[in-house]
Amino acid sequence: MTDSILPNQPDTAGQNHKSALVAASLKKRYAAERRFRLYGVAAVMTALFFVVLLFATIIYNGYPTFTQTMVKLEITLNEQDIDPQGTRDPEVLSAANYRKLIRKALLDLFPDVKSRGDKRKLSKMVSTGAPFALREAVMDDPTLIGRRGQFTFPMSDDIDQFFKGTISSSSAEADRRVSDKQVNWLMRMVDQGMVEKQFNSKFFTNGDSREPELAGILGAAVGSFLTLLVTLALSFPIGIASAVYLEEFAPKNRLTQVIEVNINNLAAVPSIVFGLLGLAIFLNFFGLPRSAPIVGGLVLALMTLPTIIIAGRAALKAVPPSIREAAFGMGASRIQTVTHHVLPLAMPGMLTGAILGMAQALGETAPLLMIGMVAFIVDIPGSITDPSTVLPVQIYLWADSPERAFVERTSGAIIVLLGFLIMMNAAAVILRKKFENKW
Amino acid sequence: MFSMSSSSVFLFLLVLALISFVNGRSYAIASAGGNGKRLHSRPNYYGYFTALWCTLPALAVAGIWSALEGGIVTSLALSSLPENLQNTDAATLSLIANDIKNLATGNIVAQAPEPWLIKAAEDYKHFGQISFYAMLAVVLTIFAGGFAWTRKQISPTLRARNSVERIVLAILMLCSGVAVLTTVGIVLSLIFETSRFFTKVPIADFLFGMEWSPQIALRKDQVGSTGLFGAIPLFSGTLLISFIAMCVAAPIGLMAAIFMAEYAPSKIRGTVKPVLEILAGIPTVVYGFFAALTVAPFFRDAGESLGLLVSSESALVAGGVMGIMLIPFVSSLSDDVITAVPQSLREGSYGLGATQSETIRQVILPAALPGIVGSLLLATSRAIGETMIVVMAAGLSANMTLNPLEAVTTVTVQIVTLLVGDQEFDSAKTLAAFALGLMLFIVTLVLNIVALMVVNRYREQYD
Repeated sequence: MTDSILPNQPDTAGQNHKSALVAASLKKRYAAERRFRLYGVAAVMTALFFVVLLFATIIYNGYPTFTQTMVKLEITLNEQDIDPQGTRDPEVLSAANYRKLIRKALLDLFPDVKSRGDKRKLSKMVSTGAPFALREAVMDDPTLIGRRGQFTFPMSDDIDQFFKGTISSSSAEADRRVSDKQVNWLMRMVDQGMVEKQFNSKFFTNGDSREPELAGILGAAVGSFLTLLVTLALSFPIGIASAVYLEEFAPKNRLTQVIEVNINNLAAVPSIVFGLLGLAIFLNFFGLPRSAPIVGGLVLALMTLPTIIIAGRAALKAVPPSIREAAFGMGASRIQTVTHHVLPLAMPGMLTGAILGMAQALGETAPLLMIGMVAFIVDIPGSITDPSTVLPVQIYLWADSPERAFVERTSGAIIVLLGFLIMMNAAAVILRKKFENKW
Repeated sequence: MFSMSSSSVFLFLLVLALISFVNGRSYAIASAGGNGKRLHSRPNYYGYFTALWCTLPALAVAGIWSALEGGIVTSLALSSLPENLQNTDAATLSLIANDIKNLATGNIVAQAPEPWLIKAAEDYKHFGQISFYAMLAVVLTIFAGGFAWTRKQISPTLRARNSVERIVLAILMLCSGVAVLTTVGIVLSLIFETSRFFTKVPIADFLFGMEWSPQIALRKDQVGSTGLFGAIPLFSGTLLISFIAMCVAAPIGLMAAIFMAEYAPSKIRGTVKPVLEILAGIPTVVYGFFAALTVAPFFRDAGESLGLLVSSESALVAGGVMGIMLIPFVSSLSDDVITAVPQSLREGSYGLGATQSETIRQVILPAALPGIVGSLLLATSRAIGETMIVVMAAGLSANMTLNPLEAVTTVTVQIVTLLVGDQEFDSAKTLAAFALGLMLFIVTLVLNIVALMVVNRYREQYD
């Protein structure tokens, strides 16, 4: 534009005119430059904001789950209530009505509670798991019978939530699951120093439960561990072997090309499709047990295989050809070259890929829903054929539960899951940093 | 059935392999008169040679045996059932088979077991034991045969290394075939179940039907007992949510990639990039929970204050959160593509006096366009196949709407709903999930192939 004006104007005037034009357009162009840069900063900031928001939400909702409101009750373990014959037979001990004892201890605390409805409300303040805890204590130590002792029980999920402040006392009584009377009783118990928040060890030692205060993640964590064990045992050797074959031995022909394209595409197949494969082939065709870690592990192994192969090939590619040539020069065969020299050098990279693949498998949910790992399972699985669930599926199940306290549990389980994932990723990063070779 | 007993056989074989390795090695040295240097290969190779030939065939037989064992033992146990029970349909029989297995393994059975059930369970245990000992005998025979054969083969002139290396190469080849086998398995199982589905529901009804309500009636004569399997509402819902997700992920991911590739100093790049990758590493079930717990109420309240009715399972929420998940996916792929644009193009543009943003918009982006399109296609394929976020945050009812504030359902949500819980494997309801799965597989596959082709062609351009 400026060029076309130049010939008709005297030099000085032209320069002035041009610089004015340029200056004007420059201002605009610099403004555009700043705007564009700002868009970039804004995009990065938005993405970072989402990271922070996600973590803040989960941690804010989840950290209270690591404590549990407990109540200390003085309970008289009368012999005629538990073991009238004095046999101390475990069967008699286990059949005794411990609920009644706890109820009685509560009613003794509040003699003014008279009506049936109020009594029920009062006994509902303590977890339904309390009688079982008491039974366990008595069966472990039958000498407790006939004495008065202090026992600590978890309070019910609603009282727990109220005590932690999740259920606000300022909302209308009808809107919350804790009645004014229960609040009053709770306050009196607090005044007597009977109520306290303790570290929630049950969350780490229990299996699933319908009662939030008794629900724990151990069952799911063990299930995840067993599943990952199967996944690792299958996908790591197979993945490494395929990577070695494709990178070091495969002739460059149509067949290997097909395999390569196939692996790349397999990496992008939606995970739920792997679940359908597992359902149709492992469950219906081979008749493997439903909900078992072995099937989950098989499905996840097939799913992580492409990740491990691709990472393994990248690691093998990074080993310089001079290493191979030196080995050949010493008279090593191709397999010797690979197993003695190339593979050890590529191993850190391959392990990194395997850990990342395992991390991906640990967080995977959808394919496991297909093969029945969504069942409600209380027991902690003992072998790879026992029915079990895994951490992400546990999160999914709890997220679906209506109780307010399960929101907390879900977030708590997510914190644990994210903790495992962060550890795995950190291990991968450290491995990469420590063994990184610059050739 | 993969029982503990068969896994102990595998452990046993492992021990045998070790023993035969040591034995083969020392035998080879002895055959060379105690001087390992007279052997063709190094002594270890003779050990490997013995171990591989002894255990590999036995291992293969044991594997096949334990894969087939369960079915055969169950059908043998079922064949001893009373006549009237044997003639019931397949579903009842499989329930009975389950009861038998539970009883045999000592699990709790629903009702007090009847005498015939106890007998069948005992039969089951009995046949299981026979099968186990038979397998053990066969495996040991094969092992012994292999051992005798290798004994005959081993001599100082045996080219043990070459032989072992051939076996190893064959194993490597087989392993790289697993990936292909997986694809074949996916395709075959999906096509097989889908073809069964299309014998119950006409293919045109599925592909072009506008109504989706897969309920199967309890009674045959009930109204609407067949269920409706028109998948168009699911496709539209999937596309709507994926579109919303891409509306979030594409601009943010792309701008973030541009900023990181072109503007950010390496220090910022080095810290921001891993933080963004965290988003990619978070399990999708966490996003789903986040969407349902935080984002959905926020949008509903925001909509309320604006006088809009936002469904608590709106497409906007599911799509938006899915978009967040896809940001690092788009940004890291686009980042690679943008950094791959040759430096000479940038320098040429600066030399003509263009500012940095002008260079990016008018030189770099057009040059990187195919790669960026490829990365967006890959992200879209992710969005279409994403399951947990939509299962937890999107609805179940199949609405045909383009309003992002309403609840829609997707293909993946329906697959999960159809298959979670009790299933009978012959109903159109369960088979429909496989038909949907096949659609999903085809669409994502085509998107991926196209995207990879575009990206590869682009890469070649500058290589």
